Amino acid sequence: MNNFQYSRASDVADAIRLLAADPGAKLIAGGTNLIDLMKENVERPSRLIDISRLPLREVEETPDGGLRIGALVPNSDLAYHPLIEQRYPLLASAILAGASAQLRNMASVGGNLMQRTRCSYFYDTTTPCNKRSPGTGCSAMDGLNRNHAILGTSNSCIATNPSDMSVALAALGALVHIAGPSGLRTIALTDFHRLPEDKPHLDTNLGSGEIITAIELPPHGFARNYSYLKIRDRLSYAFALVSVAAALELEGNAIGEARLALGGVAHKPWRSLGAEAALRGQAATPDHFGRAADLLLQGATARSHNGFKIELARRAVVRTLMQATSATPQSQAHKKIA
Amino acid sequence: MADMTIPERIPINLVVNGERRALEVVPWTTLLDALRDRLELTGTKKGCDHGQCGACTVLIDGRRVNSCLTLAVMKDGAEITTIEGLAGDGALHPLQQAFIDHDAFQCGYCTPGQICSAAGLVAEGRARDADEIRELMSGNLCRCGAYPNIVAAIEQAMSRS
Ligand SMILES: Cc1cc2nc3c(=O)[nH]c(=O)nc-3n(C[C@H](O)[C@H](O)[C@H](O)COP(=O)(O)OP(=O)(O)OC[C@H]3O[C@@H](n4cnc5c(N)ncnc54)[C@H](O)[C@@H]3O)c2cc1C
Ligand code: SF4
Ligand code: FES
Ligand code: FES
Repeated sequence: MNNFQYSRASDVADAIRLLAADPGAKLIAGGTNLIDLMKENVERPSRLIDISRLPLREVEETPDGGLRIGALVPNSDLAYHPLIEQRYPLLASAILAGASAQLRNMASVGGNLMQRTRCSYFYDTTTPCNKRSPGTGCSAMDGLNRNHAILGTSNSCIATNPSDMSVALAALGALVHIAGPSGLRTIALTDFHRLPEDKPHLDTNLGSGEIITAIELPPHGFARNYSYLKIRDRLSYAFALVSVAAALELEGNAIGEARLALGGVAHKPWRSLGAEAALRGQAATPDHFGRAADLLLQGATARSHNGFKIELARRAVVRTLMQATSATPQSQAHKKIA
Repeated sequence: MADMTIPERIPINLVVNGERRALEVVPWTTLLDALRDRLELTGTKKGCDHGQCGACTVLIDGRRVNSCLTLAVMKDGAEITTIEGLAGDGALHPLQQAFIDHDAFQCGYCTPGQICSAAGLVAEGRARDADEIRELMSGNLCRCGAYPNIVAAIEQAMSRS
């Protein structure tokens, strides 16, 4: 780890002031991603601004019946919050599919949204990587790319976003509340993370002087027909090869509203309004689910080692939608996939 | 280029295993290194130093965390329990006794982290069966593969708590 200065922010405005005063500064919340990357010399901040004591730990009901969740709510507290368990179990399930109990106790909501890719070349400072050092090239393109993206890639970067929580938030239509030097703004979670294009060093649309203060869930939680299915190389404590968040509104066997998002396949949680529209008004059958999966995966392309992900994702989408239909969501503890 | 001036040491207070400990740390000292190298509490182990093994698990304000991924300065004022602080007056903690009863280790390197993690698990009250224990203990690796006996030890401690 490099040497750095340490400041403790006294409130959100102080954090924004401290960020503006030192362009090399970074916020730190749970530390579980940033300290890891600092130990690898991937991140070398001149100053850490400790926001972990700021009063952003509330889970509050909004006037329209949704929930506002402070950026510093620990991942485990959120997953086990009674309102999340009852009204947004898809989100609880996705969070519990990620990391370990210890890490979830430390990790914050804001930090989870901001966690960086697990591309092994990004972590290895001896190799070229456009995300870590813009303009140096992408080692994964023709290297070990088994874990890499199949959708929304560019010639500069094929990294994936590793967050499980974000996949559920994308499906649920969450909003991100942001504070910065020019005031407050709110953006949709699906517009928060970026595709790599020719600027893979930018993971998100958060400005360098801005801070996430909260996320907001709309009223509709899809608490009956949902499932989060995560496929990985070992059954726990591993990042997704492919994950699926599915949520349905059913009238009998007919689909009303449908939500579908993929994790582990792109630089951001992957949602397609076309695939969801194709499900609306249809019977909840494997055939229709397969058609939606094809729409969701339209344009998928593989590199040398990750071609298996396309078929894996297709099958996982169908299976997750079937779990949602039968109201038997994937258990994150009992590993059998029903 | 990062600012290379070395900041002054920052005074902090930790309550470690019930005892107030004052120390001065440079900002990049992890809690794990502060416990092991500054406070000479070497029961807490360093395995991977990257959050991937759980050997460094301690309880902060009663919650289990990886001490390798937090900074000592950030924990100023916190109450920390390490493996050295679990046993009561002359009596082993029920989890320590259960690990012995079930032979839940071989080399023992992962054991302090396993036991602190299990103490956190019991306090959380979320595990009801062996599958849930396995899932909620997945943050603690054991390269000796003592997993079946670790699960049995935790089941024993849970049934008696
Ligand atoms: C071994 C291991 C396994 C893991 N497995 C998984 C997994 O399976 N699934 C998964 O989803 N995650 C996994 N994680 C990642 C984990 O979820 C993240 O590290 C965690 O969510 C980050 O939160 P934090 O509060 O610790 O962030 P920090 O490390 O404190 O910060 C991360 C980044 O976010 C920025 N930041 C933090 N808070 C804010 C804010 N309020 N506003 C703006 N910027 C902010 C920081 O500046 C920093 O750049 C794993 C991590 C480890 C170490
Ligand atoms: S995929 Fe992206 S993160 Fe990985 S080496 Fe290429 S540019 Fe870097
Ligand atoms: S040493 Fe902290 S998790 Fe391995
Ligand atoms: S007993 Fe040797 S690593 Fe667990």
